[in-house]
Amino acid sequence: MSGAVGREAVFPTRQSLGLMKNKLKGAEIGHSLLKRKSEALTKRFREITRRIDEAKQKMGRVMQIAAFSLAEVSYAVGGDIGYQIQESAKQARFRVRAKQENVSGVLLPSFESYTQDGVNDFGLTGLGKGGQQIQRCRETYARAVETLVELASLQTAFLILDEVIKVVNRRVNAIEHVIIPRTENTIKYINSELDELDREEFYRLKKVSGKKKRDVAAADAAILAARQRAAEEQAANPEAASKAPPAKEEESTDVLGENEDNDVIF
Amino acid sequence: MAASAASSKDRQFLAVIGDEDSVTGLLLAGIGHVSDGPDADKNFLVVDSTTETSKIEEHFQKFTQDRKDIAVLLINQHIAERIRHRVDAFTDPFPAILEIPSKDHPYDPEKDSVLKRVRRLFGE
Repeated sequence: MSGAVGREAVFPTRQSLGLMKNKLKGAEIGHSLLKRKSEALTKRFREITRRIDEAKQKMGRVMQIAAFSLAEVSYAVGGDIGYQIQESAKQARFRVRAKQENVSGVLLPSFESYTQDGVNDFGLTGLGKGGQQIQRCRETYARAVETLVELASLQTAFLILDEVIKVVNRRVNAIEHVIIPRTENTIKYINSELDELDREEFYRLKKVSGKKKRDVAAADAAILAARQRAAEEQAANPEAASKAPPAKEEESTDVLGENEDNDVIF
Repeated sequence: MAASAASSKDRQFLAVIGDEDSVTGLLLAGIGHVSDGPDADKNFLVVDSTTETSKIEEHFQKFTQDRKDIAVLLINQHIAERIRHRVDAFTDPFPAILEIPSKDHPYDPEKDSVLKRVRRLFGE
């Protein structure tokens, strides 16, 4: 799994290590927040689902009553009033308005029904006979439509919540299974690279100091050998010792020469 | 989100696709709205056994896609059954599609596209 996730393309530096650590912290905070959001939404979602189920049952009953009252009307009027009603419908009296409710940052619309005042298309319907039944039927149907509107807003909320929960869960999973492992991988990679660099540096310093020690030892050995040789030569023929002073004289003349230069400056 | 908020504010009517009794009853409740002008635009459609399915589909399309002032579309379940593929394919939150029982056809929760989704989500 972690092999498939890979890591981000960064240079293994301490700066990017700091960045990655911040990113990991951010991802973990985001993950817990989103998880909580998803839980809140799911809770709401289950409640709405239960209410939809109830409302659908209620709708079945209400519509049955309404249909019965319509049958009463056609019995009282003694004919079909459907055509008359369809022709006289002009302005909607029963309307809905959308409100919005905020659930964890998700705007859920809910419909609210209201009746437009002063609009009555059916003032003359049932004037001859059956007016009372028509009045009752209108009230029954108005109540039924209220139930329907309530159900419709539940259903809309259901659809929106369904969508939002899907998106939030996708994000939670993406953070949990992709972003966090990848960031951890990157941090691991940077750490191992930095350790490697440390080891390399340590090894290099060890090499340098070893080389220096070796050089010093060689130089010491050479000096020692030279001294020994000189001592041996001196022991072999003391006459040659007279040759040594001139060399020392040269050195001293050099020193003298420098002093002379100093004198010149003065 | 702001765009959908704006679009949901304008939606104030209900629309019906149903048999004659359902439409008559709902119109009595006062949901009928007919626009002025010669090509009067009704927000209801009466469907009987002679109505062609293409006409129902056309009105379904008009109420769900073309008109932006409809908040809820009520459709008789037995009519929704005739254009089931269209109803199932429509997943937008607006307008809300509500399948209602009619006098002759009792309500069957198994066929409702939303209840089907509810059932599927809960693994029943």
